[in-house]
Amino acid sequence: MHVPYKRLGGLGRVLGGLVWALAGLLLGGCGDQPWNSPYPPKQAGKNILYSSFSARPKHLDPAQSYSSNEVVFTGQIYEPPLQYHFLRRPYELEALTATRVPEPYYLDAKGRRLEAGAPDDAIAFSVYDIEIRPGIRYQPHPAFARDGQGRFVYHALDEDDLEDIDTLSDFPLTGSRELVAADYVYEIKRLAHPHLHSPIFGLMADYIVGLKAYATTLRQAWDEQEKQGARPVVLKLSDFPLQGARVLDRYRYRVTVRGKYPQFRYWLAMPFFAPVPWEADVFYSQPGMKERNITLDWYPVGTGPYMLTVNNPNRQMVLERNPNFRGERYPDAGEAGDREAGFLDDAGREMPFIDKVIYSLEKEAIPTWNKFLQGYYDASGVSSDSFDQAIQVGSSGSISLTPELRERGIHLNTAVATSIYYMGFNMLDPVVGGDSERARLLRRAISIAMDYEEFISIFANGRGIPAQGPLPPGIFGHREGREGVNPYIYTWGARGPQRKPIEEARRLMAKAGYPDGRDIETGKPLVLYLDATGGGPDDSARQNWIRKQFAKLDIQLQIRNTDYNRFQDKMLKGTAQIFQWGWNADYPDPENFLFLLYGKNAKFRHNGENAANYSNPEYDRLFEQMKNMENGPRRQQIIDRMIDILRRDAPWVFGFHPKQFVLYHDWYYNAKPNLMANNTLKYKRLDPLLREQKRREWNRPIVWPLGLMALLLVAMIVPAVVAYRRHENRRMLVEAD
Amino acid sequence: MLAYIARRLLYAVPILIGVNLITFVLFFVVNSPDDVARMHLGMKHVTPEAIEKWKEEHGYDQPLLYNADEQGVAKLTDTIFFEKSVKLFAFDFGSSDAGRDIGDDISQRMWPSLAIAVPTLLLGLLVHISFAMLLAFFRGTYLDLSGVVLTVILMSISGLFYIIGGQYLFSKVLHLVPISGYEPGWQAWRFVLLPVLIGVFSGLGSSGRWYRTIFLEEIGRDYVRTARAKGVPELKLLFTHVLQNAMVPILTGVVAVLPLLFMGSLIMESFFGIPGLGSYTIEAIQTQDFAIVRAMVFLGSVLYIIGLLLTDLSYTLVDPRIRLS
Repeated sequence: MHVPYKRLGGLGRVLGGLVWALAGLLLGGCGDQPWNSPYPPKQAGKNILYSSFSARPKHLDPAQSYSSNEVVFTGQIYEPPLQYHFLRRPYELEALTATRVPEPYYLDAKGRRLEAGAPDDAIAFSVYDIEIRPGIRYQPHPAFARDGQGRFVYHALDEDDLEDIDTLSDFPLTGSRELVAADYVYEIKRLAHPHLHSPIFGLMADYIVGLKAYATTLRQAWDEQEKQGARPVVLKLSDFPLQGARVLDRYRYRVTVRGKYPQFRYWLAMPFFAPVPWEADVFYSQPGMKERNITLDWYPVGTGPYMLTVNNPNRQMVLERNPNFRGERYPDAGEAGDREAGFLDDAGREMPFIDKVIYSLEKEAIPTWNKFLQGYYDASGVSSDSFDQAIQVGSSGSISLTPELRERGIHLNTAVATSIYYMGFNMLDPVVGGDSERARLLRRAISIAMDYEEFISIFANGRGIPAQGPLPPGIFGHREGREGVNPYIYTWGARGPQRKPIEEARRLMAKAGYPDGRDIETGKPLVLYLDATGGGPDDSARQNWIRKQFAKLDIQLQIRNTDYNRFQDKMLKGTAQIFQWGWNADYPDPENFLFLLYGKNAKFRHNGENAANYSNPEYDRLFEQMKNMENGPRRQQIIDRMIDILRRDAPWVFGFHPKQFVLYHDWYYNAKPNLMANNTLKYKRLDPLLREQKRREWNRPIVWPLGLMALLLVAMIVPAVVAYRRHENRRMLVEAD
Repeated sequence: MLAYIARRLLYAVPILIGVNLITFVLFFVVNSPDDVARMHLGMKHVTPEAIEKWKEEHGYDQPLLYNADEQGVAKLTDTIFFEKSVKLFAFDFGSSDAGRDIGDDISQRMWPSLAIAVPTLLLGLLVHISFAMLLAFFRGTYLDLSGVVLTVILMSISGLFYIIGGQYLFSKVLHLVPISGYEPGWQAWRFVLLPVLIGVFSGLGSSGRWYRTIFLEEIGRDYVRTARAKGVPELKLLFTHVLQNAMVPILTGVVAVLPLLFMGSLIMESFFGIPGLGSYTIEAIQTQDFAIVRAMVFLGSVLYIIGLLLTDLSYTLVDPRIRLS
């Protein structure tokens, strides 16, 4: 009869033991750290920056890497010759590993040097001689490891040697060497490598002399080696000279580009033009390396302030200070207001300031946001889910932090991105496209009706500014104030630009032959088609809003949802009528935006980025004139005229320039947004002790609800036990009877 | 039994070919090889030549299913489908379209998935069966009625609510466990604890109610009445006799999913930042990496077939009357 009670008691003891074990684990496993800390106790108080990433970077090879989530890493590891000044605006190039920003000289078609100021059409080639600083060294890496006789230790490995190797850190020996000009030339050659598929090869092949032919040469050499049975095939690029990229001496190299292409300097600030040592290619191309995922695409080798020591994009990526970094000084001048904002407090100090950066995989916005609030991430963006919790918008539209966040010492920085989201009209379309006055008036009417102020308020939480043209603020050519307003869409009033009333748009519609949204010739309602990607709940709200804007003009808008592949296909074939797209600047030059509407760049005919297939002879002529000019009044004048043409023709509804919001804690310094530079990590500084103090203060464990839960559980179990005992007693009595 | 196993394994071959074919057709109905190439080469400055080169290098330059230009059997073998599928049957998953070794990725990501799935299954079985036994024991009482109402309520709540609510309560408000993250080795328990408890709790509604139904059916049988008449204590009766006889339907649900445990849970792993296999296939679909999609669907099918086979075999262990032939 007592057996069941004993068993219950045994179960109770087991449960009790489990609770105590759990408490012990919690207490023991966390030391004196907050229990909810996601980091090991040994990291407490260390000079480590914590950040997150949401998608694994696809490429870390500088010849291939292009996406913003990749340059977060490659920007800190690889050092191209130039960089953007961290503080100055408008964005300004400065030397990084180079001794100075190179000034090109020009040659005519016969290779004769031209005088400065020679006319553009006389220039056949631009020559950039780049000199790098001596004494720069690569991070420690096994590709450089040598034995006592000076031979490379890991350049002739076989499968047996790799038996115990799973990651790069399993190689016990490392080495380093000085950066030389040949490493830069080597990387330029890699852009043409047949198996790297560099995204800028097509573009650069049009500029760098001989690069296109070089790709053919490499492919032939590759096929030849493959035919001869070489496994793996390795191309020794130094055996194949490239006409447009040559080593002059140990610290100098020369790049020759076709024609005049001043934007080439901006490319010299991107990882595509960073140095790659030949030793790395030899090391990574050995048999068995790729099977272990040990490739240059996974383990970069650079001279920058940081090196990638852990690359597990399924969980964590870690950058650590490169012990061979030469040191670089924090800038001692910026723009007005930088000193007051504290951005010059570290002027002249040696960088980098942070020892280690741990990026953790966070796929969802809610946990990421909560960890930021708990102090486990040092900076954060603001997602739509957390916008109301973080930001309050005043009656005048002013934006500030909520009191809760201010109390926590959180700060907000905003910056208008060098991007644009727009709605484009396919200029090949018989209804909305073309150069007729009718189509032009229709496009302008739609431009007025599309109330982007409302769009920004509803769908972007106010994070954006309506675009007056293709150029975002911060790009040369953009004009502020009254002279920057699109007069076809806005009027200038006491409160700045005011969108013209819908009656004006309806008047334009009537003038275009569509009074009340009906074709005056056929009497049929005007039906337009918007090709869009998506179709989810968020997209549906946006699309309903767009339909309403068109309905203001009695235009029936049919939205054709499709996936991004089909959408791209339609754009390539020029079959879409109206579409929405965006552009993010490669470099801060107006050419990088105005080329989006250059006729010879049309998507349908030339597979370019001009998705609207817009073509205006005057605009094209001005573009060709403007693209090679230095910034100055003459260039501004041409840009003004080009933008006037665009506003008149309205091939785009100029949507908006998004605004970036960055939140950061009290212990995070030098958080000035720089939307062009990729290598800003070295400028950041932390106060880890303050962070540790705040983390402890904000994350004290609250245990009493656990006790309450246990009591509730007991309160639920006790009646069951009593009932069970009563039941068993009754049974015993019945059996005894 | 060996003949039975061999026969079942042979049946699996056409099933796997069929699954592979369906996956292939579905994938390429949505994404053409050009789309795949464009996705891998990036959005900017992609030239038609680069697309062609990429396709050639990755073996996407052949016809999809039928090569009219070839002769004989090569009409079928010189196709993307054949080239990409045949190695799977030797469990050679090859490289992803982005160049990573798929087998290596799977072997790394399966452990975090298992770290959540196995304790959730075991603890879940213990808690859910005990809870269902309790309800069965108090059948027809207010306790039983309350339990049934509770299970219906628990079943009606979205799984996502448990996750977000659990994170909010235990990590954000009480500061007891990390909201998300993962550490390999023994330190993993701090990150696994909350997802496991949430997994067990969120499954209580459906499993508790299902097991209760099974146990109630068993409790009404003659052998139970006989055992009671012989004075077998109620707890022993429930946890030995009733449980053993109710194992066939329980095993049907449990053993079949055993091999699939390592495939992970997409939502749980996403919210808790667990680097498991749950999100591997979804990421591959998003990035149009057909090599991974193909490998994961194939692996899932193989595991499911093994799960069903194991279920059949397990019947013979718990019920001696069952013979496989």
